Amino acid sequence: MLKTLAKGSTIPVLVVTTAIIVFWYACVVWLNAPFERDQAERAKKEITFSQILPKTMEQKRPVLPAPHQVVREIWKTTVLKNVTSKRSLVYHAWITLSSTLLGFAFGTLLGIALAVGIVHSQTLDKSLMPWIITSQTIPILAIAPMIIVVLNAVGISGLLPKAFISMYLSFFPVAVGMVKGLRSPDIMQLDLMHTYNASKAQLFWKLRWPSSIPFLFTSLKVAIAASLVGAIVGELPTGAISGLGARLLAGSYYGQTIQIWSALFMAAFLAASLVWLVGVIDRRVLKRMGMAQ
Amino acid sequence: MAWLLVSNLSTMKIKSYIPRTIVNLTIPLIFGLTLLFLWEVLTRGLGVPSILLPPPSQIGVRIANSLPILAADFQQTFLKAVLFGYVVGCATGFAIAIVVDRSPFMRKGLMPIGNLVAALPIVGMAPIMVMWFGFDWQSKAAVVIVMTFFPMLVNTVAGLSTAGHMERDLMRTYASNYWQTLFKLRLPAALPFIFNALKINSTLALIGAIVAEFFGTPIVGMGFRISTEVGRMNVDMVWAEIAMAALAGSLFYGLVALIERRLTFWHPSYR
Repeated sequence: MLKTLAKGSTIPVLVVTTAIIVFWYACVVWLNAPFERDQAERAKKEITFSQILPKTMEQKRPVLPAPHQVVREIWKTTVLKNVTSKRSLVYHAWITLSSTLLGFAFGTLLGIALAVGIVHSQTLDKSLMPWIITSQTIPILAIAPMIIVVLNAVGISGLLPKAFISMYLSFFPVAVGMVKGLRSPDIMQLDLMHTYNASKAQLFWKLRWPSSIPFLFTSLKVAIAASLVGAIVGELPTGAISGLGARLLAGSYYGQTIQIWSALFMAAFLAASLVWLVGVIDRRVLKRMGMAQ
Repeated sequence: MAWLLVSNLSTMKIKSYIPRTIVNLTIPLIFGLTLLFLWEVLTRGLGVPSILLPPPSQIGVRIANSLPILAADFQQTFLKAVLFGYVVGCATGFAIAIVVDRSPFMRKGLMPIGNLVAALPIVGMAPIMVMWFGFDWQSKAAVVIVMTFFPMLVNTVAGLSTAGHMERDLMRTYASNYWQTLFKLRLPAALPFIFNALKINSTLALIGAIVAEFFGTPIVGMGFRISTEVGRMNVDMVWAEIAMAALAGSLFYGLVALIERRLTFWHPSYR
């Protein structure tokens, strides 16, 4: 037991995490202390460092909230609040999650369709591929608010505009990964299919598609993280009143740092669990297909 | 017709190098021009309101008319926030990666966390950074630094472990010390990974800087211009800004890719 623990990465990860938390607390004291000194000076009181220390941990609007404050806020807004309440973080996370998943599904389908087209038509390969790459150098996230506002102006609102941004971000990794994956069978295997007199459809379903699955899942992991970012940024314009992005914006307007940090942590948790989920499905599928190492 | 031309061009087999590169460049160019043409015809023909989607010619006129504003925004966002943040973020990521690489314990502990953070929505840090570093470009540069740091760290550490055992053993037989092995073998071998991070970061940096400007800026900058002109429904100005952002992003990316080609000419994907 101990030996496997020492060999694996559990202990190093724990040590590094602890180091980060300790560093965080040090930063809390360092960044929040000036405010307390200022307060004491105004009250014409002498204040010692040991008096400052506990106070920096419990400010109402700290420059940097302490980890336990963030954890308490998350606990308060997830477990103790009704799920349907507007102040519940679960509610906001759900709004973000639903547009993420919708955009992710569209993006994956579009990416696969583009990849299939590119692999089968040389014309598409030469004309479309450079533009797919160029499309990603356009900072879509930066113009996301505009897309939302403009789509709102024509009457499309709610989930779809945000899902559109998620789709734009997530189709790219899928398309690039799938082009690579569908081309991964080598000449030997392709020739073998030729000797079987396989049709184009058979070649696709029996050779190209199965051999592209590992590539597909690698890109899906990138794509789902990207669509979450897209959904959050899509919620930034002032029109949005719910979702993690709206929480971030509201927090920054009212100087509620604890609220910002708790929304950030919720987003991080969401991203981690989505990537983890894709990873689990990845392993399951590869095992069923007999490709797991 | 354009489709026919493109499909004819792409099936042509050209032996010599220079005409081939020209053809390879023309095909996407024709495709792009066709798209622009369709866009123009459709928006004018169907009478799409210019608030929704202005025709390209209108955007072009707007770009030509507001060059000084665009130049000021470019200087504020790109030359100050993006470049500074990009250079500092990539350099620190690289330096930390070299340090981490020396200790297997640190590598085991930091890598899973680094991988996790690289997948997180770091743009969300923007309001905090604006609160800490004020409204000017410093806060945007800080967001860019945080955004570019983790991809660089993760990729460099992964790249440093690509040099095979054979090569490392060879360096040992040459009695080379740690630094010689690092500079002569492992860093060159890690270059494809490092450039991968540089390319990812080149687009991330621009996004980070523009998004951070939504949370408060002085009255100049690409993100500021986009958000205010949307509010005033000047959509053609927004598109002009987008066109410039796309151009800057593509050129930045292209420059990094060009340097990569020069430095990693030995890599199988270029031979």
